[in-house]
Amino acid sequence: MVNEPRHDTPSGRAPQTWQSPLAGAVRTEPLQTDLARIAVKVEEGQRISPEEALLLHERADLLTLGRLADLVRARLHPSGVVTYIVDRNLNPTNVCIADCGFCAFYRSPGDAEAYVLSRDEIYQKVQELADIGGKQLLMQGGHHPRVLSQWWCELIADLGERFPSINCHALSASELDHFAQYEKRPLPEILRDLIDAGLGSVPGAGAEILVERVRRIIAPKKTPTDRWLDVHRKVHEAGLRSSATMMFGHVETAAERIEHLARLRELQDETGGFTAFACWTCQPDGVPEEHLYPEKATPAVYLRMQALSRIFLDNILNMQTSYVTQGMKMGQVTLRTGCNDFGGTMLEENVVSAAGCFHLESVQTIERMISAAGFTPRQRNSWYGICDERHLAAGGAEQPLNRREAATHRAAPADTRRLREVRGGMEVAR
Amino acid sequence: MNTATIERLAHAAGIGDIAQRVLARQRLSRDDGARLYRADLHAVGALANLVRERMHGDLAYFNVNQHINYTNVCNKLCRFCAFQRLPGQAGAYVMRPEEVAAKIRACKDEPVTEVHMVAGIYPKLPYEYYLDILRAVKAERPAIHVKAFTMIELMQIARRAKKPLAEVLPELRAAGLDSCPGGGAEVFADRVHKLGYDNKNTGDEWLETARTVHQAGLRSNCTMLHGHIETVEERVDHLDRLRRLQDETGGFQTYIPLSFHPANTEWSHLPGPTALDELREIAVARLMLDNIDHVKAYWIMLSIPVAQLALSFGADDVDGTVVEEKIYHEAGATTPQRVLRAELVQWIRDAGRVPVERDTLYNVLWSADESLARAGEAAPVMV
Repeated sequence: MVNEPRHDTPSGRAPQTWQSPLAGAVRTEPLQTDLARIAVKVEEGQRISPEEALLLHERADLLTLGRLADLVRARLHPSGVVTYIVDRNLNPTNVCIADCGFCAFYRSPGDAEAYVLSRDEIYQKVQELADIGGKQLLMQGGHHPRVLSQWWCELIADLGERFPSINCHALSASELDHFAQYEKRPLPEILRDLIDAGLGSVPGAGAEILVERVRRIIAPKKTPTDRWLDVHRKVHEAGLRSSATMMFGHVETAAERIEHLARLRELQDETGGFTAFACWTCQPDGVPEEHLYPEKATPAVYLRMQALSRIFLDNILNMQTSYVTQGMKMGQVTLRTGCNDFGGTMLEENVVSAAGCFHLESVQTIERMISAAGFTPRQRNSWYGICDERHLAAGGAEQPLNRREAATHRAAPADTRRLREVRGGMEVAR
Repeated sequence: MNTATIERLAHAAGIGDIAQRVLARQRLSRDDGARLYRADLHAVGALANLVRERMHGDLAYFNVNQHINYTNVCNKLCRFCAFQRLPGQAGAYVMRPEEVAAKIRACKDEPVTEVHMVAGIYPKLPYEYYLDILRAVKAERPAIHVKAFTMIELMQIARRAKKPLAEVLPELRAAGLDSCPGGGAEVFADRVHKLGYDNKNTGDEWLETARTVHQAGLRSNCTMLHGHIETVEERVDHLDRLRRLQDETGGFQTYIPLSFHPANTEWSHLPGPTALDELREIAVARLMLDNIDHVKAYWIMLSIPVAQLALSFGADDVDGTVVEEKIYHEAGATTPQRVLRAELVQWIRDAGRVPVERDTLYNVLWSADESLARAGEAAPVMV
């Protein structure tokens, strides 16, 4: 890329193409009327359309987005509890054949730095989590051509035996799809094996932007949009909950950001299986195809998108902050702009930190940030049941306690009382 | 956000009457100030933003400056400070005038318009030393604006000169002093002064020194160090005392709330303010200080995310691209020491504001929108 023109940015990459609206622009009359009408809809608990979301995205000032998102958060979580989870990140392998140009973590098969962790290495890492009372093991690897579902089933079963109190929150949709493609087996069958082995929930990674034009540029070999969504549909049908994510601030347009959110909302209407949503900005420093990416989106742009997501995704109960990419200060601020969950303690992070972005924090700091924002910090499990001793000591129940209690889909013979109560509460609040 | 929404928000937060006073451009009372510290942040922020946009529209100022901390030797032993060293202590330093000149020379190719020069109180430094470092800066870069010496340093300089400050100031000006920074005000209340920094000047002495500075025809800034042991009422008292002096002299350009950073200080057991506290501090200040033009979100202390948001919570300035900041970095600040000008412009723009480069006295040097602020003219402030 020696001949690429250098830009006047810290990295020399092109600036972001999307521009925030000027705050003062909302004072112009016709726009003010439109925005006020949308605000009333949000205040009254009505769903906003993708077109209305786009107008907010393009025109609303930061204070309006923050206020409306805060309103939605308060309606969905009137108790004032902000949750977080004691968890750790574990990447059993960094071998990946998806070759996404925005990822600085993966290595190709045969690379000198390629690894697959041994059982002992994995046990040692999980033991560290067990020692601090951890609840969740977030495991994601690359798309390794030979580390397939059977390997994972064995791993998950072994871990379940040794660490019964830790839930395996593992295998993003693109990894699950990779198994189905490579093993030429139907996904429901693979999921059944993984569930039998003890898989408890599925992370929302690999969504990036759920629009084909964008995926063809940034992740051409990765699971396409429809399949990504279908994997989550099947995960939900199999009785597991999953989360949803979005990585933005790269080559997507504003309309494509909204399209992403709309696709998630549609699927959630259908299955109700997403527990939470989190978004973060692309971290392209030092990634393989760095030249494709613009300068990192700044924190204010993250905040706009995070708040808009809370406003638009009225059917996803929990909204997670991204302190790992945005830092603790922004993490705290988002508790007043839509987020009700601080994410996890992680202990270790390899993926965005490979791209030069690294903020991990202690339980004490997370609790202090939550308390100082005026909320009650409580530890949760993978299904957003509060498992905090302070909550249980006060007579609270840990609900949902496990994947069975958390399941939502009619196909799953699960106890769905909890979710009905939650939804009933939402409806009453409206 | 439109006015009706702001009024509604304020009413719901129990500060509807304060909103009415803000809309009518009436001065807020001390009691109002205390209530603003306790009311819902969205409502307080929206009100502060209304005032901010009324005064400055979408404009957000920055400057390109250089920091020089000429000595870290200090005999004041303030409990909140991680920068001070005793004479002879490991890490103690005093820059000779030639070293100060070398610092200026090192940035000569950069478009620096201001040097911000503050330091500890080292009683051995003679009066001549202070004149010498001012002369050294001006000799090296005649066009640079020298914003130097907090009130306690000025008191020390007058003591060493064995003359009243009013007589010393013209000599400092002749040597190169152009204006004074606002640091060192801490919290004026005597209770806090006794517990935290009793070797330092009192609140009354700080204000009296600032009065003398303004009477000598120099502009200065003002600050408050918040988030340690002070109460809400003590913060309001501080703001009110600044406001009253400003009524009298009109000499303050900018108010800058400074966050207490606890690391490596005697108060390291205290938590320090969080991001939401910092946003509120900006907002309350904008609402209370109706006679001070500018409120600065000092990004190097706040971090970029908070500084960006502060531009919607009452702030209209973010300070500059800074070369070598020591005082906050000794206390654990992890912000990068400098940003590229283009980066600063971008994040101001991302915050929904129009970036404007200013000089120390708020003359416009460059503007992203010439129809709103014209280079070569004074910053447009609607009061």
